[in-house]
Amino acid sequence: MQTLRMGQAINQALREEMLRDPDVFLAGEGIGVGIHHSPLLPTAGLLKDFGAGRVKDTPVSEAAIAGLAVGAAVAGLRPVVEIMFNPFFTLASDMIVNHAAKLRYLSGGKSSFPLVVRMKSGAGFGAGCQHSHNLEAWAAHCPGLKVVMPSTPADAKGLLKSAIRDPNPVIFIEDLALYFVPGPVPEEEVMIPIGQAEVKRPGKDVTVVTWSKMVGVALEAADQLARENIGMEVVDLRTLVPMDKETLLASVRKTGRLVVLHEATRTGGFAGEVAAVVMEEAFAHLQAPLRRVTGPDIPVPASPPLERFYLPSAEKLMAAVREIL
Amino acid sequence: MPRKTIQMEKRIDYLGILDADGKLDAKLDPDLPKELLLKLHRAMVLGRRFDERLLNLQRQGRIGTFAPISGQEASQLGAVATLRDDDWMVPSFRETAAEIWRGRSLESVILAYGGFNEAATLDPEDAPPTLPVAVPVGSQMLHAVGIAWAMRYRREDRVVLTFFGDGATSEGDFHEAMNFAGVFQSPVVFLCQNNQWAISVPRSKQTRARTLAQKALAYGMPGIQVDGNDVLAVVAAVAEAVERARAGDGPTLVECVTYRMMMHTTADDPKRYRSDEEVEGWRAKDPIKRFEAYLVKRKLLTKPGIAKIEEEIQGQIQQAVEGAEKRMASLGDPLEMFAHAYAELPPHLEAQREELAAELRDSREGGGR
Ligand SMILES: Cc1ncc(C[n+]2csc(CCOP(=O)(O)OP(=O)(O)O)c2C)c(N)n1
Ligand SMILES: [Mg+2]
Repeated sequence: MQTLRMGQAINQALREEMLRDPDVFLAGEGIGVGIHHSPLLPTAGLLKDFGAGRVKDTPVSEAAIAGLAVGAAVAGLRPVVEIMFNPFFTLASDMIVNHAAKLRYLSGGKSSFPLVVRMKSGAGFGAGCQHSHNLEAWAAHCPGLKVVMPSTPADAKGLLKSAIRDPNPVIFIEDLALYFVPGPVPEEEVMIPIGQAEVKRPGKDVTVVTWSKMVGVALEAADQLARENIGMEVVDLRTLVPMDKETLLASVRKTGRLVVLHEATRTGGFAGEVAAVVMEEAFAHLQAPLRRVTGPDIPVPASPPLERFYLPSAEKLMAAVREIL
Repeated sequence: MPRKTIQMEKRIDYLGILDADGKLDAKLDPDLPKELLLKLHRAMVLGRRFDERLLNLQRQGRIGTFAPISGQEASQLGAVATLRDDDWMVPSFRETAAEIWRGRSLESVILAYGGFNEAATLDPEDAPPTLPVAVPVGSQMLHAVGIAWAMRYRREDRVVLTFFGDGATSEGDFHEAMNFAGVFQSPVVFLCQNNQWAISVPRSKQTRARTLAQKALAYGMPGIQVDGNDVLAVVAAVAEAVERARAGDGPTLVECVTYRMMMHTTADDPKRYRSDEEVEGWRAKDPIKRFEAYLVKRKLLTKPGIAKIEEEIQGQIQQAVEGAEKRMASLGDPLEMFAHAYAELPPHLEAQREELAAELRDSREGGGR
């Protein structure tokens, strides 16, 4: 085992896939010549090692970056492009939503769009609502896209490698705060299949379903509740689409209680989808109404004291758990 | 049919009036009133010194990330100085000095960089109309065309000045805004502050075009490139564009060639992507230095006079910092986050607000966090 931070793990995945497959290339704004010396950032050092032919700094043009990926993918390459922050997904979205996601279907399966769009997301930096806005539910609502949101360095590495090899367009959302959190990563090849959730901590009393940065919040709450002899099972969805219903339902059937936790705003958030699946397929096992713990339905505040209370916390999660126990 | 060159009725001019040493090309002198010259000088110095102080506050963790304007004082102040008070300004995120010219208080700027929406409420009700900063690069140019539409719709002779950077010209939004404005003959002045960098990407990698100004031609509007470190040239070029817009003769693209002397924002390290020599080369073309040299030569300013202005500005900044910090200490009630998402508080948000209020009460009772 090696210990890596998530940014480094993503870097390793990109590096290994570029070495393995000459068709893999990267494009984005400032991915080559970046603004920091930090070796912890996902694309650090790649320009130097792979050259400007494969690591392309582009003009400030999200639509063209996403379009480049769509075109290059259908012509047989394996683009991995970066949209700097999740809210700028809007500028790239025509290419992703109307093209990357639909053209295989429209071509009767003849054309393939094996591309990955990496985006940074997550609040907590005082960067304000035009930089911080978790939009994973938008992507999840578009048939034809796969949506991945890892929580650990090992998951990020294994899932990104799978995403790059996947024949479908994959939206790969990385929480900025996780870039700097260390975790164990196997030395040997890691491949984590897209569409597999993982129980990050077993427990008997209540299931918490979550992903990305909120997994850490759930584990913190689980630790605290364990002291009160409350067993919280933490299911890390890892992939939103396609969702691993089996793992989710097995956990709910076991505990009979469910809280869904995400950072994104509540209305239309992905917790609603998780809840609907559970209601449809495990209703009889529920011993209490389910709960959602999410960001409130407002733009992310920029001021640190407000932002702190905007983000779901272990306290909020524990309160929700206590309500249904 | 012959193959021949199509003659364009419009050409791209370059305008410079004050050279780097402050020597005036008298033929081109816009002959600005003395009061305006001195007001511009003071605003430029204020812009620079305020930047330095903000950087200090940021480094001490007293405010968040911000985008410095140093080096671009002439570009932005020369441009807004041509506006009437009822004209609109639509900024990107790097026009602090221009916003202050338009009536924004220093306190409001500090508060905004501290993350507080309350900043907006500090501006006087009757301040010249100005949109808030836009983070998504280039997006504001589209708003500018919409505002211009509203001006024409109401048959008002007000114009819209919108700012953006060299990087923004690569966004689709730039091209769509320029095209709309050309087709609709909108009263908009598109002011590009070409500061040579878009974070770590140099101007040369942004577009293959020789100038940014020439992009105007494709949309059927005049374009001009200006020495953006020469405040007289900026005033002259933008005044012409504003006049054209006001007269109903449509939009103009003005490219101010300038330089971002500091970092992109306080989150980056420019040494990583550009050389000290490059920065020093531009320091020699500093907009304030040359303007001061000119004003001293014209005897509108003296060395002791400049020192006095500097001192007054430091006092003004100090007062604003103290005021803002006092205000910030009283702000930060988490429940405020629900205040402005909608014009009214819809029921679901009222419930979410109540949830947070209960949590805050509990945490106070339980010792709090
Ligand atoms: C749509 C969008 N993409 C990317 C970014 C990240 N970003 C912020 S500023 C910037 C560069 C802008 O360069 P330029 O237009 O030259 O303005 P300058 O910062 O030099 O004033 C980028 C890429 C953003 N804010 N919005
Ligand atoms: Mg720029």
